[in-house]
Amino acid sequence: MNTFQESLAQAAHLVAGADPMLLSIVGRSLAVSSTSCIIGTVLGLALGAWLGVAQFAGRGALVTVLNTFLAVPSVVVGLVVYLLLSRSGPLGFLGWLFSFQAMVLAQVLLVLPVCTALTRQVVQDAEAANGEQLRSLGASGMLRSLLLAFDERFALLTVLLACFGRAISEVGAVMIVGGNIDGYTRVMTTAIALETSKGDLPLALALGVILLSVVLALNAAIALLARWRGAHAEGIVLAGAPA
Amino acid sequence: MSGWVQLKGVGLHYGAVAALRGIDLRIAAGERVAIIGANGCGKSTLLRVLHGLLRPSTGSVLRDEAMRQAMVFQRPFALRVSALANVALAVWLRGVPWRIAKAKALQALARVGLGAVALRNARTLSGGQLQRMALARAWCLGPQVMLLDEPTASLDPHAKREVETLMADFAAAGTTLVFASHNLGQVKRLATRVVYMEAGRVLADLPVHAFFNGPLGETSREAELFVKGEFG
Repeated sequence: MNTFQESLAQAAHLVAGADPMLLSIVGRSLAVSSTSCIIGTVLGLALGAWLGVAQFAGRGALVTVLNTFLAVPSVVVGLVVYLLLSRSGPLGFLGWLFSFQAMVLAQVLLVLPVCTALTRQVVQDAEAANGEQLRSLGASGMLRSLLLAFDERFALLTVLLACFGRAISEVGAVMIVGGNIDGYTRVMTTAIALETSKGDLPLALALGVILLSVVLALNAAIALLARWRGAHAEGIVLAGAPA
Repeated sequence: MSGWVQLKGVGLHYGAVAALRGIDLRIAAGERVAIIGANGCGKSTLLRVLHGLLRPSTGSVLRDEAMRQAMVFQRPFALRVSALANVALAVWLRGVPWRIAKAKALQALARVGLGAVALRNARTLSGGQLQRMALARAWCLGPQVMLLDEPTASLDPHAKREVETLMADFAAAGTTLVFASHNLGQVKRLATRVVYMEAGRVLADLPVHAFFNGPLGETSREAELFVKGEFG
């Protein structure tokens, strides 16, 4: 049996045996990423929906900057948050460095531009197609952005999924600001990096499998939701909406 | 100003393209005005200016703001919610409480023959049903002026007749109708006045009988050809 097969077998054993250390890392990962996603997407959806309909001087420049932030490497975000939270930094008084909160803050900053930029695009397209009719009914800019975001909810579900994927799979930022402290700030990605470097491939592989399973489960949930909606109310229109 | 709206020398540019040029038009309450002309002549733009959705680049629009107006678009937009909620939303946006708005919406949907599908998702309605839902949405706002942008385009003959019947009913109830159309038969049936447009200009503005029974004279030569095209 080669190393990969052995590691895979041991990983399956760890997962099947509900290894406590494995569970604690997975639980922490889900907690950090879920919290950051909730904060980041609430802010991102609101900001993106507003940007989708708002017209003001400098909007084009703002959108360009926002789109640029889509490509910011997570280690850079980690570095910035590290500098903000370090003892001599502007947010040093919070004492968050190497804590759960620091990891959440870093992931919020990673998720926010993704959510804002994608929501802005979705709502802007909807506004171009249908905003005039909503305006003719008397819907103001803010209300239009909410209505259009609501109408595009299935497309936006995919945005949320992308945000969660970005948060849970990143390693650079949480490694820098969390410090990968065992039992405290160690999450799946940082654990995989550490265990791989130590040569403990079964644990790394088990975590990798779980990471993929989480994302797979989310994808399946979104697909099922879309199918359910398609079957119950939306027909062919919604069947393809979250694509 | 007397009447609902008066346009004086209205021009509108989309960049370098002149969509409307020197439009002088006055529409009185109770009139049924058909705006006709080839694709791209400015019919939809003129309707949007009349409704206040577009601001002209030049000229002035004097509108009796006390008169309630509503617009029905060629391809009506519906949110991914029930037909009832779509119609109720329009009423709610005018400041009516949601519960009352829903009751009004149900009444309006029944009025256009869609009571049975009120709870169906609006995105699953047929083209004709969707257009009738849009008419219900406009009607339940209690408009004194209704603007319709090619309301029967791309509908089958049956749906076309249903929508036309509703338009005639609204007109009979005293609602001012201003509609764009390519269907000259419909124009004859519904309009009392015809505005013929070409390249952003009004080339003829005549009572329906005078327009179709000509002669229209040298200035309206294009309009005459347009009408002949229908019968030729």
